[in-house]
Amino acid sequence: MHQSTLAQLSAALESKEISSEELTRLYLERCKKFNDSLNCFITINEDEAIKKAKLADQQRAENKHTALTGIPVAQKDIFCTNGIKTSCGSKMLDNFIAPYDATVVEKMNAAGFIMLGKTNMDEFAMGSSNETSFYGPVKNPWNTDYVPGGSSGGSASAVAARLTPIATGTDTGGSIRQPASLCGITGLKPTYGRVSRYGMIAFASSLDQGGPMALTAEDAALMMNVIAGFDERDSTSAEQQVDDYTKNLNNSIEGLKIGLPKEYFGEGLDSNIAKIVEDGIKELEKLGATCKEIELPNTELSIPAYYVVAPAECSSNLSRFDGVRFGYRCDDPKDLSDLYTRSRGEGFGKEVKRRIMIGAYVLSAGYYDAYYLKAQQIRHLIRDDFQNAFKDVDVIAGPTATGTAFKLNEMIDDPVSMYLSDLYTVSVNLAGLPAISVPAGFDNNLPVGLQLIGNYFEESRLLNIAHQFQQATDHHKAIPEGFE
Amino acid sequence: MSLDKSEVQKIAWLARLAIDEQDIPNYSVELSNILDLVERMNSVDTDGISPLAHPLELPARLRGDEITEKDQREHFQKHAPLTDEGCYLVPKVIE
Amino acid sequence: MEWETVIGLEIHAQLATKSKIFSGAATTYGAEPNTQACAVDLGLPGVLPVINKEVVAKAVKFGLAIEAEIPPKSVFARKNYFYPDLPKGYQISQFELPIVSTGHIDIQLEDGTTKRIGVTRAHLEEDAGKSMHEGFGDYTGIDLNRAGTPLLEIVSEPDMRNAKEAVAYMKKIHSIVRYLEICDGNMQEGSFRCDANVSVRPKGQEEFGTRAELKNINSFRFVEQAINIEVERQIDILEDGGEVIQETRLYDPNKNETRSMRSKEEANDYRYFPDPDLLPVEIENSFIEQIRGQLPELPDAKKQRFIDEFKLSEYDSGVLTAQKEMSDYFETCVKAADGEAKLSSNWITGELAASLNKENKDITESPVSAEMLGGMVKRIKDDTISGKIAKQVFEAMWNGEGNADSIIESKGLKQVTDTGAIEKLVDDVISNSPDQVAQYQAAPDDKKGKLIGYFVGQIMKQSQGKANPKQVNELLRKKLKI
Repeated sequence: MHQSTLAQLSAALESKEISSEELTRLYLERCKKFNDSLNCFITINEDEAIKKAKLADQQRAENKHTALTGIPVAQKDIFCTNGIKTSCGSKMLDNFIAPYDATVVEKMNAAGFIMLGKTNMDEFAMGSSNETSFYGPVKNPWNTDYVPGGSSGGSASAVAARLTPIATGTDTGGSIRQPASLCGITGLKPTYGRVSRYGMIAFASSLDQGGPMALTAEDAALMMNVIAGFDERDSTSAEQQVDDYTKNLNNSIEGLKIGLPKEYFGEGLDSNIAKIVEDGIKELEKLGATCKEIELPNTELSIPAYYVVAPAECSSNLSRFDGVRFGYRCDDPKDLSDLYTRSRGEGFGKEVKRRIMIGAYVLSAGYYDAYYLKAQQIRHLIRDDFQNAFKDVDVIAGPTATGTAFKLNEMIDDPVSMYLSDLYTVSVNLAGLPAISVPAGFDNNLPVGLQLIGNYFEESRLLNIAHQFQQATDHHKAIPEGFE
Repeated sequence: MSLDKSEVQKIAWLARLAIDEQDIPNYSVELSNILDLVERMNSVDTDGISPLAHPLELPARLRGDEITEKDQREHFQKHAPLTDEGCYLVPKVIE
Repeated sequence: MEWETVIGLEIHAQLATKSKIFSGAATTYGAEPNTQACAVDLGLPGVLPVINKEVVAKAVKFGLAIEAEIPPKSVFARKNYFYPDLPKGYQISQFELPIVSTGHIDIQLEDGTTKRIGVTRAHLEEDAGKSMHEGFGDYTGIDLNRAGTPLLEIVSEPDMRNAKEAVAYMKKIHSIVRYLEICDGNMQEGSFRCDANVSVRPKGQEEFGTRAELKNINSFRFVEQAINIEVERQIDILEDGGEVIQETRLYDPNKNETRSMRSKEEANDYRYFPDPDLLPVEIENSFIEQIRGQLPELPDAKKQRFIDEFKLSEYDSGVLTAQKEMSDYFETCVKAADGEAKLSSNWITGELAASLNKENKDITESPVSAEMLGGMVKRIKDDTISGKIAKQVFEAMWNGEGNADSIIESKGLKQVTDTGAIEKLVDDVISNSPDQVAQYQAAPDDKKGKLIGYFVGQIMKQSQGKANPKQVNELLRKKLKI
């Protein structure tokens, strides 16, 4: 049962083959059993989950349910959950019991999802390996000596190990797609503004976007149907009409024009990965798509620009963690400055402090134009590159990550190398586009993802292509050894 | 770009982060490396390019002037570090 | 050396909206601490701001009232600094693209001339909370009820040259925001407060001197005092060969001195950048025109109308139009007085103003309503009572004894206009005062006016003030001629 997709679980619940309580207990058992080795949950919400599952069974009995009522889910610990610890992977919020629900959580609760727990993540979503978490690193179920990617590493690992049928993630520079790629699952980063950011603890406000991390594109579509949409509490949320993301899944992709950016297949890409990604693209050609080389000339600049914009926004967003109204407060502050500097100095981890300091620096007097303004100008160039490309092609395809998962501690002391590994993901965030990573094969028994980038609000098209790809391939069905 | 000790201390203070004296050289190297990475931006001429603050260049939507929130002081202060008589407390501030 | 003072003001006007600028929490003053601080105001993790439309409308209204340009696009920016009453560690304000661009207002100087003062800009921002340093032992208590209250910061050009001009400017802005009903103007509650940038320079020098910023002055009187004392301080320093340093200073009204606020100096690198949680506010012409249509008659226009329509002096008209409620009172009074404007004006600026002043009351708290005063003025005009008797009537009205007509009736204050009765009084006084009659008749014509006062006084005394003075005068002149 734990190898089922959402559609299969929904059918099983509908036919009374299993109850929500049984299903929830089954997944909770797996969570508890494997969390010691994988560390993908910060909080397992056992009692509450079982209570909710019983309620779901009752709702099903009374015919007051949705198709998803009673299906378990895991929430990334960046989403506020009323009455439940919301740590954002940080010591700063280790004692923070959120007093309200994020819009995404509220919508999923309303749809009848049962929250199993809160997943581990890089501290404040800053990291690509899940090693910056205050709660220790998450392990990759394909090989527990390896990282799962980040920052949504807990969610990716939990879905890949079948500890939850589906999970939420957030993506600021690749934090859904890269761990999806490294753990062999499907992860969709929606268009900026498509999913409400209310209650999602902000890292970089103009880049952050929440989305599904699932076993299949179809499951991702089902979750998108629940979480996408305008939210009056988020000024940056789009008023654009929401699609039924499952509607086009079965459409043929005959005639689809795919752009292959030459910058995504150049040096820096592991040759084995290149081969797997190219094979994946051939698969799409077999399904009727045509390919064409395109140029995204400012790709190289996306990393430098990103490491100005994201730290600048984070340095300001994280100023509210000051030990006054919530969260960590240092012992015996001798005065106000001491309260601030020690609460923040002790409450934040190293990577977060690095980024806050970079952000404070690039915004400070005399440097704003040279850094922040320049980065926003480059952001404009990057968006224009994509818009030019979309004049000729329907979607853009390429690798999600420069390589497969790396070993724990391999890059932790080399932040710049770690940053550079996000080369294929960050430009999508700077431009605000939707993109999906789907499993495309294995290299040395570690998963490799294929990334598809769409134009604004074309999630439906991405999910359609991904679904057609998954109808023709089996990579997404592979289960890591020991988690069958 | 390389940041010296005093610059690291200045930024740390601006961001209200206590950092250990012994960690400063390390921060100095790491932050300088990141700034070197960032400075690759200078390889492109951006004169005349307007800055893009948001991917979707949409205008703000304004909300009506309605009171929608009620008092939740107790709920919000339940896990606050230190409160008294409904106020959050900080070490005495001398103005 | 002769010195010239240069002053620019930054006025913070709290916009009178029901809810806050970025949240749906109430803005009511005086609630229990933190009971009006919602998740957004507290800056809880994950919350986001949403702009209140009414705040934008009120700012635009102000812009139109000072004939300013309203740019088509304005942007909210974050001003980053740490302070316990600033929950997010940044204040959402406006920096490069404010909602209101350059405008101006005219102020009246003491010599009667008019001076134009430039307004550089007006921008929207959120207020901070309050820090309470007393009553919490070794701690400071933080109340965030005020956090997120909408403020319009109105920044003037450095166009003022002395404290009196600064006060006139502040009063004019106060008058305008009250006329527009965008701010309640309550200075005690901090809804209208100002910072003053003050510098001095040798007369004739073009370059500005180094300025000090005087923070948070919350009364017209303090503005004048604070500026004067600061100017004195700066001149003393300069004359001793010293240098004024650029800094923030606090005015202490108890000691009548300004002192340095070092705590505010530490964080002077605000790292402004556009708030990524908010999109630019775009203001369409139709919105501006809709607001223009709602603009009330403003003080300057009303003052001119009072001069033209009611033939009031420039001075009286200025006094009556400075406060909207005062001008409303006047117009209601004139209406009730069958159009008698001059007398209404005299009574409002005279007796009424004095009584209000004595009891420290505002025009809106006057025990004598505009209709009541107008009713009394009407009775002066139609000769039912004399101006002198009217003072008695006014006092009775002030003390709540009813309206003019009922007081005149119950106290029997109606003027005697019966010619026979008055003639008898005149005859009695003339026959009882032979010496005065002789003196009068012997006096040259230009002295007669003064001497007749004696007879008028006697007759008024006899009639207990009720004889019609005009009739008395006419009869006396006729009879004394013989």
